[in-house]
Amino acid sequence: MSTPTATIKPKFEVRSRANAASQPAKIAVKDLNFYYGRNQALQSISVDLPERMVTAFIGPSGCGKTTFLRTLNRMNDVISGTRVEGEVLIDGENIYAAGADVVDLRRKVGMVFQKSNPFPKSIFDNVAYGLRINRLTSNRGELESRVEDALTNAALWTEVKDRLKSSALGLSGGQQQRLCIARALAIRPEVILMDEPASALDPIATSKIEELIYDLKQRYTIAIVTHNMQQAARVSDLTAFFLLGKLVEVNTTEKMFTAPDEKLTEDYITGRFG
Amino acid sequence: MEVHRHLDEELDELRDSVLRLGGEAEAALRRAMHALIQRDRDAAREVLDHDDAIDDLEMEVDRQCIDIFVLRQPAARDLRFVMSVAKTAPLLERIADHACNIARAAIDLSDEPELKDSLRIGRMGEIASSMLDGALDAFTKGDAAAARAIIQRDSEINDLYNQIFRDLIALMGKQPETATRDARLLLVAKHIERIGDYVTDISELTVYMAEAAIIKHRHGKL
Amino acid sequence: MMTSLTALCTLVAVGALGIILSYIAMRGIGALSFRFLVETPRPVGEGGGIGNAITGSAVLLALACIAGIPLGIATGVYLSEIGKGWFANVVRFLIDTLTGIPSIVTGVFVYAIIVLRMKHFSALAGGIALALIMIPIVARTTEEMIRLVPHSLREGALALGAPQWRVTLGVVLPAAASGIATGGMLAIARVSGETAPLLFTAFGSRFFPNGLNEPIASLTVQIYNYAISPYDEWHAQAWAATLVLMTLILLINVAVRFLTRKRF
Repeated sequence: MSTPTATIKPKFEVRSRANAASQPAKIAVKDLNFYYGRNQALQSISVDLPERMVTAFIGPSGCGKTTFLRTLNRMNDVISGTRVEGEVLIDGENIYAAGADVVDLRRKVGMVFQKSNPFPKSIFDNVAYGLRINRLTSNRGELESRVEDALTNAALWTEVKDRLKSSALGLSGGQQQRLCIARALAIRPEVILMDEPASALDPIATSKIEELIYDLKQRYTIAIVTHNMQQAARVSDLTAFFLLGKLVEVNTTEKMFTAPDEKLTEDYITGRFG
Repeated sequence: MEVHRHLDEELDELRDSVLRLGGEAEAALRRAMHALIQRDRDAAREVLDHDDAIDDLEMEVDRQCIDIFVLRQPAARDLRFVMSVAKTAPLLERIADHACNIARAAIDLSDEPELKDSLRIGRMGEIASSMLDGALDAFTKGDAAAARAIIQRDSEINDLYNQIFRDLIALMGKQPETATRDARLLLVAKHIERIGDYVTDISELTVYMAEAAIIKHRHGKL
Repeated sequence: MMTSLTALCTLVAVGALGIILSYIAMRGIGALSFRFLVETPRPVGEGGGIGNAITGSAVLLALACIAGIPLGIATGVYLSEIGKGWFANVVRFLIDTLTGIPSIVTGVFVYAIIVLRMKHFSALAGGIALALIMIPIVARTTEEMIRLVPHSLREGALALGAPQWRVTLGVVLPAAASGIATGGMLAIARVSGETAPLLFTAFGSRFFPNGLNEPIASLTVQIYNYAISPYDEWHAQAWAATLVLMTLILLINVAVRFLTRKRF
């Protein structure tokens, strides 16, 4: 006889309401400060991104959310004059430690950009690029199957399987973005960073990407920057609100949007400033 | 930092609508109790005639809530407010329905001999009215403390109801010829007791709206 | 009004070009024949041709490309991708200056440091002189074309774990390829018409090329020699040679355009 207190499990797993706190932290940021030259863009950011969950970064323009995202795979290194203080631990290891391998980091932490940026190569070569340069496959057959996997996981395989050799630039905007996602997925990262991935797309393409994110979080830890609060509400488990380089609040998405802790957060979410 | 939003106007309109509905429910209750105690059939009929307008008001509030949800996607405080209003409106409509039932009973009871002790029912009605008034006030102001105080008062009504129940049952046993009247009075007491419960629900919603704390079904633990 | 004015100017420019081309064709077609294209020069009256000059020009151009284009591209890559700070600015300034140096100066320079050392004229010296003219042109256009490659492309590659050199070679250069090729083609077109530097370095010859250490003939020098001669027959041959030179340049243009057409 089943116990009378057996809970009714909702069909979709609302894990955020169940313990986001008890998930291990894939990325732990401790007291991060970031400078562009003498200008401090991020102040004392500390936050944990749980494993295999989606964390959204929201905030008004210029609040530092994209800068913060890019510190997670050290993409800000390519900009001269930048300086980092504090630690970013991925699986317990500080990626800013002296002698840390940046190339290896970027294999582990993939990135999808705001405007899709496929290479001017064929669809196949785009997805295979990461595999080739990192020498992750040993023969053609393996390469082809990895490419197919990546395209399938990015929900693009059926649309392009008959034209893998054609130019990537001939795809539509939404398809190009999914191609970039496939390209990132091909090297099997553990974390995927997304910088406003759907902001340049129409609503249908956007919802395809959002559905994709929902599937991807079964296997990947995802961080997404978005200026669209409804999107953050739709796709994320955890939400972090940034303002003027500071992290104002981090909460489960559901709490953030019904009863945030900070008045600043509530004012932003209800559109009282922006 | 405060930006004027169209949503603020719409929220104000919504607040006005639900308060109007509350006012009508309050008025219906008072009139029905008056009709009962003073044996005023005309007052009772007024209550019954006015009920359709109250139903229309409730549907109006309903419509406004849905519009705000779909068109504005409110969040946080605004979301809790609209949600609370959407749940309060049907409660107020039911309170008004119970007032109608009391009014009908008043008409029937005006043919029956008067019970000299019916002042206790009057007392119940007053408490219920004042609770409703207080609850609407707390709702307007978003005052969670006041709302909690209202919830405490529900026990007064319940105690009174239990007393009246016992007394009327005993009376029906001793004087079976007035049993019909006693039964009707008992039902009136029941209606008032239900109104007290609805006012409690409204106050619980006020607490949710103000503090995001869900305190219903807590059975006394506030 | 603007439209008609600009159309008129275009007509004038194109018309002038057309006139030049057709005049050359008209004057040159007479002496043109298969033998003309394969024989070496002969004394007046015996015919002869520009076979060795064509081969010589080809050799010189090849030498110039081998030396000049890789160096030019590398410089361009350095300036756009790597070079920052005062040193890069100095290099850029020097390159800009070099593009403006009269080619005869380059010729004299190579004469002084190579020909005099070697104590004789050579194809090598000629090739080097032409390379020195090509390098600044290629470097500057390479730099410009690379700058035009959107930053997002680089970031995309970096984010996949590519080290900087790989990004430059595997993504940036291919993306800029057609632009760089245009720059190379510009440089080739420029040097294939050079005469003055060759006078001091390759000097000229009446025979087919015989090794890089020997003087070598070239179309431009040959045209010059024939043109200043007092013989009508040689004048006619000069016109024909000019026509051949122009045709060859045209063919180079077409070939490069075809080979670097944007496939993606």
